[in-house]
Amino acid sequence: MKFVQNIFDQTRPLVEKDGKRNIFYPLHNAIETMAFVPDHTAHSGAHVRDAIDLKRTMVTVIFAMVPALLFGMWNIGRLHFGAFGEESTLIDNVIFGAMKLLPLIIVTYAAGLGVEIYFSWKRNHPVNEGFLVSGLLIPMIMPVDIPLWMVAVSTIFAVLIGKEVFGGTGMNLLNPALTARAFAFFAYPTWMSGDKVWINTTSADGGQLVDGYSGATALGDLATTVGQGLGNPSTETVMAQFGPEGTYSLMNAFLGLIPGSIGETSAALILLGGLFLVFKGVGSWRIMVSFFIGGFVMAAIFNAFAVNEFMGLNPLHQLMLGGFMFGMVFMATDPVSAAQTTTGKLIYGFLAGFFGIMIRVFNPAYPEGIMLAILFMNVMAPLIDHYVVEANVKRRAKRLANA
Amino acid sequence: MSTEVKTKESLFSKKNQQLLKDPFNDNNPITVQVLGICSALAITVKLEPAIVMSLSVMFVLAAGNVIISLIRNLIPNRIRIIVQLVVVASLVILVDQFLKAFAYDVSKQLSVFVGLIITNCIIMGRFEAFALGNGPWKAFLDGIGNSIGYGVILIAVAFVRELLGSGQLLGAQIIPLSWYIDMDKGTGFYANNGFFLFPPMALIVVGMIIWAQRAKNTKLIEEN
Repeated sequence: MKFVQNIFDQTRPLVEKDGKRNIFYPLHNAIETMAFVPDHTAHSGAHVRDAIDLKRTMVTVIFAMVPALLFGMWNIGRLHFGAFGEESTLIDNVIFGAMKLLPLIIVTYAAGLGVEIYFSWKRNHPVNEGFLVSGLLIPMIMPVDIPLWMVAVSTIFAVLIGKEVFGGTGMNLLNPALTARAFAFFAYPTWMSGDKVWINTTSADGGQLVDGYSGATALGDLATTVGQGLGNPSTETVMAQFGPEGTYSLMNAFLGLIPGSIGETSAALILLGGLFLVFKGVGSWRIMVSFFIGGFVMAAIFNAFAVNEFMGLNPLHQLMLGGFMFGMVFMATDPVSAAQTTTGKLIYGFLAGFFGIMIRVFNPAYPEGIMLAILFMNVMAPLIDHYVVEANVKRRAKRLANA
Repeated sequence: MSTEVKTKESLFSKKNQQLLKDPFNDNNPITVQVLGICSALAITVKLEPAIVMSLSVMFVLAAGNVIISLIRNLIPNRIRIIVQLVVVASLVILVDQFLKAFAYDVSKQLSVFVGLIITNCIIMGRFEAFALGNGPWKAFLDGIGNSIGYGVILIAVAFVRELLGSGQLLGAQIIPLSWYIDMDKGTGFYANNGFFLFPPMALIVVGMIIWAQRAKNTKLIEEN
């Protein structure tokens, strides 16, 4: 260990303020604090003494994401070999998935950290840990076949416009990972929706699978039924997929055996991560629970009217599809962009879930309504907090007047 | 009116030059005063309409400024806004008819936005703030200066949006067609950024121009 320490000590003069390579200071500092415990402590004033700092919070979230990430990796391989009708073992699937997923992760981290390091150097502060989580979230909410440069452009945009313009980690109004996805969704719709991108159908020698193989997501298929009217034969073919025996059955959707963005499919493993977050006190259970209730209420209202098959879907089934679960556990709970007050969190979560399902069903062109709803509520969160605080002030003023 | 002795000022004195130059950077109508944003978002998808729009605004603002300045001592204070509106409206109708006659396609693309020059805050703003209190030559220079400041931003935004959103400039293909990804053939590596075709992206581009301008010109940063 000593020689690693020596490397850091020897290179430090080079990167310090008047050193020749001071542009690398943030990078040097980031790697050093990752390798060793930082030696600076608070010097003055009263401080809460707690083992949990930004670094530990972020790493906890990453641990919570790992099950869903590994499942996504396996699912990429399973869907790929399934599309060719080939038999594949667990190891085959995971290796194929890793080959697809690792470049995405590396590109995201390189692009995002590049921007972060540049701004850290410009603003003379160490690199924050904030991007650790965003950089892993972004690949998990992208389709497997998206070109890597699109991911890089979206990530740079998200870090620049979603975060750095507001002042960096902790100041952002919007969730950076969702900003990246929203950017990609509007900028490159062909690679972010439709039925071509969710399953990798390029064979080992580079050829494409024969035409006619549909790799749509469950929501994409559902959207095609809208406007066809009930009882239409093609609608019934689609809806059969949602029955207990179909590809998109409630059980398959819950376990995650369906096409979709890489990390979003498995509701079960996402919930496991969510439980871990709540248990560790990092994620807010209020947001998760109210988000779920909000989505459920909206889906139940649609279900009661059910003018088309999309609305008629069982509310619980509706919530298991698409990015609802992933948004609930990992996106809406972002401590910076969510509401801060206790009551505010309940309102924020409820409305995000509520609007998410509403956008998804009302406008089938935006199957990922959850993304737009969470971003919208991110913007509204300070307003919610403001009124919650005002209400509290009023209540206490009244109590004082009556006393 | 005024009793002070007027000293003759040369046509392009320092002060008059300032009238032309100021709106370009320190007092830019879009990036500093944040006026005329609506048209900057609406007609900057392509470069051509943006250029035509800038020229139209230049004509309306310069001519309007001169007219208002000439009649500034005749306008009753209480109805001055109505008088200003009449002047802008007549000028805008002229522009609109001219475009319909000589540049029909562009006029179609600009659609209602030619008419909406009337509500462009820059124009009424300059009438109120400048033309009502200055002579015609100065008002003319001020009109030209402000419309150039407006046009430069408009054209810069349209340039970025057309290049990245459609891969073209003034309707001519700039990005080689062979670069585009063809999913069926599996060739190419590039794709247009569809986000640049939406108005929100224009707002973000204007924001980034403001960011860059303030980074260079630090006296624009407010104290708080």
